[in-house]
Amino acid sequence: MAIPLAYNVRSVRQRWTSSIVAVLGIAGTVGVFVAMLSMARGFKATLVASGSPGNVIVRRAGATSEMESVVDLAQVRVMESAPGVQHDDDGPLVSAEVVVVAAFPLRKTGTDANVQVRGVSPKALAVRDTFKITSGRFFEPGLAELVVGSNASRAYSGFEVGSSLRFGGAEWKVVGVFNAGGSAFDSELWCDANVLNQTYQRPQNIFQSMTAHLRSPDDFQRFKDAVTTDPRLAVQVDREVDYYEKQSRQLTLMITVLGTLVALVMGVGAVFGALNTMYSAVAERRREIATMRALGFGGAAVVLSFVVESLFIALVGGVIGCVAVLPINGLTTGTMNWQTFSHLAFAFRITPDLMVIGIVFALLMGLVGGVPPAIRAARRPVAAALREL
Amino acid sequence: MVRVDGNGNGTSLIRVRNLDKKYQRGSEEIHVLQGLNLDVEQGDFVAFMGPSGSGKTTLLNLLGGLDVPTSGSITVAGDEVTAMSAKKLTGWRARHVGFIFQMYNLIPVLTAFGNVELPLLLTRLSKAQRRKHVETVLDLVGLADRMHHYPRQLSGGQEQRVAIARAIVTDPTFLLADEPTGDLDRRSADEIMELIGRLVHEHGKTVLMVTHDPRAADRAHAVLHLDKGVLVESAGEAPRR
Repeated sequence: MAIPLAYNVRSVRQRWTSSIVAVLGIAGTVGVFVAMLSMARGFKATLVASGSPGNVIVRRAGATSEMESVVDLAQVRVMESAPGVQHDDDGPLVSAEVVVVAAFPLRKTGTDANVQVRGVSPKALAVRDTFKITSGRFFEPGLAELVVGSNASRAYSGFEVGSSLRFGGAEWKVVGVFNAGGSAFDSELWCDANVLNQTYQRPQNIFQSMTAHLRSPDDFQRFKDAVTTDPRLAVQVDREVDYYEKQSRQLTLMITVLGTLVALVMGVGAVFGALNTMYSAVAERRREIATMRALGFGGAAVVLSFVVESLFIALVGGVIGCVAVLPINGLTTGTMNWQTFSHLAFAFRITPDLMVIGIVFALLMGLVGGVPPAIRAARRPVAAALREL
Repeated sequence: MVRVDGNGNGTSLIRVRNLDKKYQRGSEEIHVLQGLNLDVEQGDFVAFMGPSGSGKTTLLNLLGGLDVPTSGSITVAGDEVTAMSAKKLTGWRARHVGFIFQMYNLIPVLTAFGNVELPLLLTRLSKAQRRKHVETVLDLVGLADRMHHYPRQLSGGQEQRVAIARAIVTDPTFLLADEPTGDLDRRSADEIMELIGRLVHEHGKTVLMVTHDPRAADRAHAVLHLDKGVLVESAGEAPRR
């Protein structure tokens, strides 16, 4: 049977000044690690939430994002009648859209940041069912009116309902604020696609993407097959969810890699903290260890005992680290979306599985920091250690 | 009957033959034990005396399987201790040896109960059985009412009694005591020696004790002096009580 756990727990408590060094080191590392990953999670979640499973987005074949895509009205008309597209009383639920980027001053810093302005068809509301007007009203087709995403309205100054904005050589009136469920659309400005095309002196009837609402997510393949085999069209079709997931990949990967690197460097420091704490624990308790060896506890029991002690310290550190960063959960921050070159607001997302990852990381540090001192404890000759005071 | 001439009969509980122990300290070789012989029978109470550095504690460590000799053999109840692997020795210690140390060596973060229970964790006893054993021995050493006290809440004498309880709780083959009264005042020392005496006379324990204290040594059946690496019987062996 092993050395009782109470021995380690109480020893840690008794030597708390020394234990706290390791605890704080591990807590800090886990905190940074979890915070960075929650940023990646939040960014990804925001983009993924932008897509709805029943929607498809159509772009020119080969275009990686809407910015570099072209879809003309003739093509839109062909696709409207493709199988699987949902219809309502006014016809098919599709929205042909254009995007431009305009700079506006951020509320926080006063410096300009890019906002994605999306010109949509009047059907856009029906196509995206998560979309809700929270104040004001939707824009009137044919007028230079804007509705502002909820995150954009918070992040930029001058986006209040009733105020006027100038961009693209025209005067725009903000008529409403919308909420798109915390998605990327919440960082956008929406207006009539035709008005936007006119303002930017782009040819009419040329769009950049088309989003269609399908009768059911299962109709995707049917729609895709019909559209991609039609000789009049040269387009690529993605589920909206996949499209945004792909968009999130690069930055998510970058944040994750960066966060992991930072955590690893901090982790090395934390491991040294744990090593230091455990080596001093072993040194201080030489005689206790020797006594237990004399009583008949084997070397393995001693190793296990000190590893468990180190893991216990790491667990406390891990839990503190996770709890300490919990308040940032839901906090909104923003970054440049490199796919659209516009500012994207997103919230930190600390999920239970992320905390589990943080705790596992902590335990890993505890293990690395605990094993060498534990082995030293077990290897010390018993007879000599018994005589030490 | 305790013998140091190497001519003990086959009935000895502990039989030591030609025990040699050399230490290397820097470039100097210290020959602590030089062909030491000893025979101890079941129920004997032996005191080892001798000046500091004469090898008393070394002898005790060898007898307890905490150290290995340079040459020679130690046989306890038919098992040759000196031939055992380190792992086997650990298990052997748990079953056969009860240690009593000068500084008590209690685990400070465990209560008296927890300290005494420690060696029982190495046995197959159930929790309830362990509790019963611990309560019995703590009662035997007169500390049943201090069961839930931590070592820092006990006096030196009480701590040593807890240590004795820990040493006897597994009912080992023999007890090794290294200066059990060395850190105690006169009165506590007498109480501890009284207790050890009772273990020998009432419970038939075999005790081998290192001491500097002649009053403690007086209680032993035999007082052996370590001199130039071998044991010699002290003139006028103490009477058996």
